[in-house]
Amino acid sequence: MSSRLLVGPFNRVEGDLEVALTIADGRVASAQVNATMYRGFEQILQGKDPRDALVYVPRICGICSVSQSVAAARALADLVGVSPPPNGQLATNLILAVENLADHLTHFYLFFMPDFCRPVYADRPWHAEVCRRFLPDSGEQVRAATAARQRWFTLLGTLGGKWPHTQSVEPGGSTRAIDAAERVRLLARVREFRRFLEQQLFDAPLELITSLEDEDALWAWHARDPMGGDLRCFLSLVPDLDLQSLGPGPGRYLSYGAYPLSDGGFALPGGLWRHGAQEADPVDTHSISEDATHAWLAQARTPLHPWHGLTRPEPDKPQAYTWNKAPRLGGEVIETGAIARQLTGGQALVRDAVQRHGGVVYTRVLARLIELARVVPLMEAWLQALQPGERFCEPVHLPEHGRGMGLSEAARGSLGHWLVVQHGRIANYQIVAPTSWNFSPRDAAGVPGALEQALVGAPVREREKTPVAVQHIVRSFDPCMVCTVH
Amino acid sequence: MNVLWLQSGGCGGCSMSLLCADTTDFQGHLRDAGIEMLWHPSLSLASGDDVLALLQSIIDGGMRLDALCVEGSLLRGPNGTGRFHMLAGTGLPMIHWVRELAAKAQHVLAIGSCAAWGGITAGGDNPTDACGLQYEDERLGGLLGPDFRSGSGLPVINVAGCPTHPSWVIDTLMALAADTFREGDLDPLARPRFYADQLVHHGCTRNEYYEFKASAEKPSDLGCMMEHMGCKGTQVHADCNIRPWNGEGSCTRGGYACIACTEPGFQEPGHPFHQTPKIAGIPVGLPTDMPKAWFVALASLSKSATPKRVKHNAVADHLVVKPAVRKTRLK
Repeated sequence: MSSRLLVGPFNRVEGDLEVALTIADGRVASAQVNATMYRGFEQILQGKDPRDALVYVPRICGICSVSQSVAAARALADLVGVSPPPNGQLATNLILAVENLADHLTHFYLFFMPDFCRPVYADRPWHAEVCRRFLPDSGEQVRAATAARQRWFTLLGTLGGKWPHTQSVEPGGSTRAIDAAERVRLLARVREFRRFLEQQLFDAPLELITSLEDEDALWAWHARDPMGGDLRCFLSLVPDLDLQSLGPGPGRYLSYGAYPLSDGGFALPGGLWRHGAQEADPVDTHSISEDATHAWLAQARTPLHPWHGLTRPEPDKPQAYTWNKAPRLGGEVIETGAIARQLTGGQALVRDAVQRHGGVVYTRVLARLIELARVVPLMEAWLQALQPGERFCEPVHLPEHGRGMGLSEAARGSLGHWLVVQHGRIANYQIVAPTSWNFSPRDAAGVPGALEQALVGAPVREREKTPVAVQHIVRSFDPCMVCTVH
Repeated sequence: MNVLWLQSGGCGGCSMSLLCADTTDFQGHLRDAGIEMLWHPSLSLASGDDVLALLQSIIDGGMRLDALCVEGSLLRGPNGTGRFHMLAGTGLPMIHWVRELAAKAQHVLAIGSCAAWGGITAGGDNPTDACGLQYEDERLGGLLGPDFRSGSGLPVINVAGCPTHPSWVIDTLMALAADTFREGDLDPLARPRFYADQLVHHGCTRNEYYEFKASAEKPSDLGCMMEHMGCKGTQVHADCNIRPWNGEGSCTRGGYACIACTEPGFQEPGHPFHQTPKIAGIPVGLPTDMPKAWFVALASLSKSATPKRVKHNAVADHLVVKPAVRKTRLK
């Protein structure tokens, strides 16, 4: 006996999301993911001055706003063939890291953990403590994290004027030069955040967390004080709720590389990581394509590379069930996010945990928190490396014709912009966002996207209309629906 | 005060901005002001069927709705069907839900410029037929129509901005909860006067450069951005430089132009955002309330009187000439 279930509106996912489930024998047999809203940024940008993208694209998304700005600035820089001066590069890294880490914090405390407060878990021994910490409007840790986030974003008040929709990120660098006195204050703000993480989230120094080299070390540390700090509180739920086998992804992970360094490399190198691999494969961006078979969008004869991408609504298209296209890398479904960055970026614990369990609810959340511990010290180093008095931004002159690709890593994964300029105007602008990958619909061959695959097998309890296991899986990707369709 | 918050054709950035409100206890701050969030897309536990039950009970009259906050434009397309945003799990367009719920609300608030005027989502050829709750750019109308009044008798309150400032939202909600907000507290575009009766120019840290028309010429320059860089701060209604953003920030302090994000139609200025449109070398957009002849005369006078320090610093990203130190008691 199978039945159908239409789940929505999802909240705490940034944007609107609907999931259609077929249920058989108490488990999800198949899933279709519907990104329910279309705004048409790729249409709006047509014919505009290329620099206008810097005003429009951050407004695709209120939570990955800077990531969008960075991708656009890099696309424009690629069009011109320039890269920012060292200070501009460092300032851009700092601005992006503020957003990405804030998003990780927001995800864990405000979006993901509250689901464990649901009455369905009232019989669990940890439930009262989890409610004390994570109930959305009253949880002690939720409130503390919201306050820490507010303070954290004051870094962007100084580094970029405001957040979201920070417009200080330019192809030539950053419009806001930082002087030596400001740097001292910014370092103090980073230390304040470090203290929050070390006292509340990790109950341990960041360096201890990043030195946990494998799962044995992680769980030995957990056993010393199973509810000490919020990471260990989460770890205590993992075996009890089987989160280490819930929501397996496709086993292929994409990162474009995060936080470029002046030597041409990345602080977190990118690549394509295949399950069981010893090292990452290089990413061939030419093999990216988008298939619109199941989207309410016009479809070409074959899937298109973003240089030639097409975005034209066809709301009455048969067989379509979402506004999202299906991105593929070399024809394959991939997963992206902090888990991919930490795999390709060589983080030992995440590699070990994913080797044992795959990309699942537990490892996705673990990777995000490890990334918090790993990037804060990088930011401290970037601030120290700024050279007050040296240039932060170089003026650039755009050509009348050309094209540029801008790649970035948002909190939730790989973001790419492909810009074509003709006669000084935008002739095409294509955006492939992280959740476009993760929440992709089926492609022409009928192959489901990463979340659609991850939901198969999820348990559905009797009389559940919004199955809690489905919610854990959906939110473990930290989806951003407004970016997905844009 | 029971508040319901819905998001449609926008980016969610006004909610993300709201969470940056300057308080040590966001959740406690709202509660202490008597503001009860019935549901918010980023902040509430309820999902799926629980949310739909709540919406239905408001429409049926079982649950009192004091303030409906809508974030994001209202997507009327394609062909008036509203199908560019169907509220998940309902099979119905979001504009249907907004109309039904607005009819039950004591107050209706447009949170951000998308919900107020259409905003960024209405840019270009406006592919989704996006509009605001009661405006379409500067024209009255929008989704709810020019004559709409909420239960309180007020029109839609336009807390415009892209994003909107967290304090603009919270101060409006607190005033409503305290029942101290009246129609006279709205400006002619139905924005709360407490922030819309200021200009972005007020408190701008670049004011010395403005006074001497010492202008920035490229991104990151310290000079005034009005003459070349597209800055509209002298015309735009908002208190961004009096009530800074994220601690000590604002657009102009961040090194980029004010693009008039609190004003209707800002998304299509008719010129590239980063360039000031000029006729015969004079900016088309002159400071609010300033006659053109005066501006031209003052500008030419002040340009000729610009101190060297101001002139040089205007085109650098840090102070290259420091203010003179006079070792006397200043008169």
